[in-house]
Amino acid sequence: MKKLSKTLALFMALFMIALAGCGSGNTASGSSGSSSGGAKEIFFLNFKPEIASIYEEIAKEYEAETGVKVKVVTAASGTYEQTLTSEIAKSDPPTIFQINGPVGYQNWKDYCADLSGTPLYEALSDKSLAVTEGEGVYGIPYVVEGYGIIYNNAIMEKYFALPDKAVSISSAQEINNFAALKAVVEDMTVKKDQLGIQGVFASTSLNMGDQWRWQTHLANLPMYYEFAENEAYDNTILAGLASETIQFKYGPNFQNIFDLYINNSITPKTMLGSKTTSESMAEFALGQVAMVQNGNWAWAEISETEGNVVKAEDIRYLPIYTGMPGEESQGLCVGTENYLAINSQVSAEKQQASVDFLTWLFSSEKGKDYVTNKLGFIAPFTTFEEDERPSDPLAREVLNWTEKDGVSSVPWAFASFPSEEFKNQFGNALLEYAQGSMDWAGVTQTVKDAWASEYAAAHS
Amino acid sequence: MQKELKKYFPFFCLVTVAAFAVAFFIPFCMGIYLSFTEFTTVTNAKWVGLENYVKAFTANREFLDALWFTVRFTVVSVVSINVFAFSLALLLTRGIRGTNLFRTVFFMPNLIGGIVLGYIWQLILNGVLARFQVTLTFDPRYGFWGLVVLMNWQLIGYMMIIYIAGLQNIPTDLLEAAKVDGASPWVTLRKITIPMVMPSITICTFLTLTNSFKLFDQNVALTNGAPSKKTAMLALDIYNTFYGRSGWAGVGQAKAVIFFILVAGIALLQLWLTRRKEVEN
Repeated sequence: MKKLSKTLALFMALFMIALAGCGSGNTASGSSGSSSGGAKEIFFLNFKPEIASIYEEIAKEYEAETGVKVKVVTAASGTYEQTLTSEIAKSDPPTIFQINGPVGYQNWKDYCADLSGTPLYEALSDKSLAVTEGEGVYGIPYVVEGYGIIYNNAIMEKYFALPDKAVSISSAQEINNFAALKAVVEDMTVKKDQLGIQGVFASTSLNMGDQWRWQTHLANLPMYYEFAENEAYDNTILAGLASETIQFKYGPNFQNIFDLYINNSITPKTMLGSKTTSESMAEFALGQVAMVQNGNWAWAEISETEGNVVKAEDIRYLPIYTGMPGEESQGLCVGTENYLAINSQVSAEKQQASVDFLTWLFSSEKGKDYVTNKLGFIAPFTTFEEDERPSDPLAREVLNWTEKDGVSSVPWAFASFPSEEFKNQFGNALLEYAQGSMDWAGVTQTVKDAWASEYAAAHS
Repeated sequence: MQKELKKYFPFFCLVTVAAFAVAFFIPFCMGIYLSFTEFTTVTNAKWVGLENYVKAFTANREFLDALWFTVRFTVVSVVSINVFAFSLALLLTRGIRGTNLFRTVFFMPNLIGGIVLGYIWQLILNGVLARFQVTLTFDPRYGFWGLVVLMNWQLIGYMMIIYIAGLQNIPTDLLEAAKVDGASPWVTLRKITIPMVMPSITICTFLTLTNSFKLFDQNVALTNGAPSKKTAMLALDIYNTFYGRSGWAGVGQAKAVIFFILVAGIALLQLWLTRRKEVEN
């Protein structure tokens, strides 16, 4: 009996060792399999979930053409920083990742390779768009985007054809300042039953994680005008980055447009806290509302909504007017917060392979075809010809607006906002304002305090 | 035999010990170490001493607010869950028709994941609140009571099963003796039933206490801290500090260490307190 148990024990122990051996053997071979190729495999950490499937296609195409495998991992919406933090610490880290501008660069400094001298940087049409420090170039923008108030011209035409409309203008193109916009919107709210809509504006989505259209995009306008007054800088982003405190001087202008949004919305003010961006885009796509503030990336979301009634030719843009003097010449907000960076801590071969992939994507015929027609990017590179422009109506509208005479685009000054936390506190204050538990003075104070404390935290 | 076992101890335990070390012990030690450093990724950390701990309390009031919210939530939910679960267990050991069906139905919610439950309850509660033209994020109190309802719904069934097991273990002769002696149902409950199920009470309080204190999924899904982080519990606050702010990963780590000490301390204290009341069978 004793002998039996002894043999049994020995057998079991051996079995376990064998198991453990197998386990570690597997992992070892697994990891060597992915790294032994050296520059045979690169890793792209994608920021935009809405176009993840297209990147997979591109990766296949590139592998077929060059034999280099591109591993594409996509972070879920709003979790890019988390995903990047955990992926980059692994033994097989992303070789290409994204930073959101100068602020993001500060955090990922140690991982951003110098890209000056790469063909990609050489092809950048406006070199000032890149993220630079000293002589080095650490982030290259790959898409220019624009946002404003998207409107459905079919509904607007219906309104302007009404015999009892309260405004004298006769088309939406004639709206060129806040007073005109307000008059039209408020009159449309009164006549919403005649127009067959449930509200003029889509829901002001104030759900946590869906506040970016307000605390970042809309907030860009008052901040831009404030930073533009700083004469020490000719670039509003740099002026913003250098501001220890802000006055939020044009807060009342922000309030103008924000009030217009929430008072003429499809959703009562107190209910906005549970609304998401997708819900507001769906309201627009279903023709329940006439306007929604968003950028050209939203076209896919509109056109793919089940039961979409908005036709491509009816999609138009209006700049976000806030009641600033001289805003008749203000255009859409055009800029980027998508910069490609190459991981400086992977092997030189992998860095080179990553640069090669990006160069292929943005300059070869096949790559460019993907970029303009599938990804729908307005790519800021000289490799793109006039006729290689995205076909989606919103992107075209953005281009139309940037080329309009006498109108100048507003840059994305929000790239200088001190942190995500600042934006979140701003957004939370907006939610409380919409619900009525905070007055505008409270919002102003929160914004100023949050800027000051977040600036201090970022520079300590 | 003892000696024999000792001899083979390494053989039998090696794998388990290795797994424990890799999956728990090493990360745990690294976590404590990282709480004293400033880092972006775990592989390059810079020693900063106690700065993170100071920052956790002084940089803003979020951690303390979250702590206070968590304490209030824990007190309310531990009491309510245990009272409801115990009452249900009493009811369902009376031999009512359909006892098994009821037990199954009450236990079911426990099988659904926290995130899913959170979103389901968010829909339900927002649907109800929509009649009053408000949402869950309108007032922190709504979020608080929403969480309490959600936790009750989820945990009552599980605790009920534990109580039922405890109740069925009470020797019937004790209860019969009490009946013969003319004890009222109330006295029987207080003098016999409760002392006899004390081990179940210990385990249920322990489970509800630690579960409520460490609550994360449900909190994220239901309110995500809105409005203005007023409904953020400790775990969510740690998560937001760690991931939401660049350069604050160390502070999040420090908060997590404090959190661990708090949970361990409270749980041990509770075990000691309720254990004293247990009677030997």
